Amino acid sequence: MVSEKDVSYVADLAHLELTAEERARMLKDLNSILGYMERLNQLDTADVEPMAQVARRYGVAKDVSSGEALAYAMRADELRPSLPHEEAMSNAPQTDGTFFKVPKVIER
Amino acid sequence: MNLEMLTVDAARTAVLEKQTTAMALVDAFYQKIEAEDPAIGAYLTLCKERAHRQAERVDALADKGDALPPLAGVPVAIKDVLTTKGVRTTAGSKILGNFIAPYDATAVARLEIAGAIVLGKTNCDEFAMGSSNENSGFHPVKNPRDHSRVPGGSSGGSAAVVAAGTAVASLGSDTGGSIRQPGAFCGVVGLKPTYGRVSRYGLIAFASSLDHVGPFGKTVKDVALILRHMAGRDPMDSTSADLPVPDYASEIGQPVTGLRIGVPKEYFGEGLDPEVRASVEAGIQELAKAGCEIVTVSLLHTEYAIPTYYLIATAEASSNLARFDGVRYGLRAKEAKTLAEMYRKTRDAGFGTEVKRRIMLGTYALSAGYYDAYYLKAQKVRSLLAHDFDEAFAKVDVIATPTTPTPAFKLGEKADDPLAMYLADIYTVTANLVGVPGITVPCGTSKEGLPIGMQILGRHFDEATLLKTAHVVEHALA
Repeated sequence: MVSEKDVSYVADLAHLELTAEERARMLKDLNSILGYMERLNQLDTADVEPMAQVARRYGVAKDVSSGEALAYAMRADELRPSLPHEEAMSNAPQTDGTFFKVPKVIER
Repeated sequence: MNLEMLTVDAARTAVLEKQTTAMALVDAFYQKIEAEDPAIGAYLTLCKERAHRQAERVDALADKGDALPPLAGVPVAIKDVLTTKGVRTTAGSKILGNFIAPYDATAVARLEIAGAIVLGKTNCDEFAMGSSNENSGFHPVKNPRDHSRVPGGSSGGSAAVVAAGTAVASLGSDTGGSIRQPGAFCGVVGLKPTYGRVSRYGLIAFASSLDHVGPFGKTVKDVALILRHMAGRDPMDSTSADLPVPDYASEIGQPVTGLRIGVPKEYFGEGLDPEVRASVEAGIQELAKAGCEIVTVSLLHTEYAIPTYYLIATAEASSNLARFDGVRYGLRAKEAKTLAEMYRKTRDAGFGTEVKRRIMLGTYALSAGYYDAYYLKAQKVRSLLAHDFDEAFAKVDVIATPTTPTPAFKLGEKADDPLAMYLADIYTVTANLVGVPGITVPCGTSKEGLPIGMQILGRHFDEATLLKTAHVVEHALA
């Protein structure tokens, strides 16, 4: 069961504040959804490999290493053009023209 | 010219044969959008300047008598999760309400190179999280076939514009059914390609191992044409596959004699609406009549797909959406005194309820003490689901199922029950977990006149067989 304390802890980790109303709703929803997910425990997966992504599966023999199977995705480590500075900054909420400006990070 | 019936080929031919100009065609679509879209709400942003520039280019080629590119003059709409340079790109979220993308998504750029004209950006559930389009940060979309019902989600706007005839074709994204489910609800064709078939560069990430870009069209041939011109290796997406792109449209109308169609019994059980079942079974009968062999198969772990999907998708989302912090782009809360407070207030103001719920769920599933029990467990069950498909595809060439358990539901019907909404994705999420391609094709209508879709799933990178099979159903039931 997810507790109110868990909701606060997770909201902190996720950088969400959440109103008291949202927290109450979140507690109810998380418990309902995670309760449904408990059914995964009906399966014995002790000997099953976890699968993080499908790219590894493209018709590649199982004994080929990940490095070889995904060799096509490699490229030379060379400088290439990237987004110009000005364009990269163009959506910034606050900038001094060179850097992104943010509220004070360190108290002194 | 009847815009509602216009297909990809017909649009290009009309420009090629000088029955119209690309410019006149684009303006006719804008007129129709301005007259009819306000009642549906499918478009968030129109990009007239960009569309007119592209129409000029196409018309200049036509005037010179040069060979026209394959999608020349075809007016398309783009789901607002794909970036469009110089055009507002919101992902359906207030947090990106004023974001002007600095570059084009590869899929969009490739369609334009092929001559297509981008009319505008379509509404969707916020960050593609939802199955009804009611989670849009701006306004919901109505189903063009029945305005009291949802168009499906998350690519509800992209399905609706094709159904309403306010674009010839469109692009959507599909992380757990977000192309196929709204395709079925709106009565259009929608294709989720194989993972790696179409570049994700410029697709605003929801769950990177599950996200796909794919087309909507009025016909199977239209989605085949669109897919052909956006698929293929892209150095900007390391997961895009280095495999040749076939001429998919040439498969349309090819015989399907001897093709083995798998029918998984787990997809026809409890919870399936009787009218949906009858229509899908009728579609399968048509395949049998066309000479296919119908084979019962088992996808044993189907009942575990929803919990597996929602654990993996939310875990990846909680990580992907960490980038929305008010520093580099998008909304920033004004009254914050410290950096941490600025993050929290920005995210609180910018994200809607469902996005916050999924960030919370994913953060919880990844947090210390719960990682093994939830996230790792789900990754292991994902392997079991992949194994189910490996076994099935050893026996059959494609798998036929319903796309959704019911036809389009009413606006508001499931809005307060997130779990009920998640369960509506039961037939579509597995293809994302496993990476196989899937298409929805209309196969009938309910007594109330609502469209019903049949889903066809295929082997990795075998979109050709998928399209050929879907065309048989489309042709027989049209």
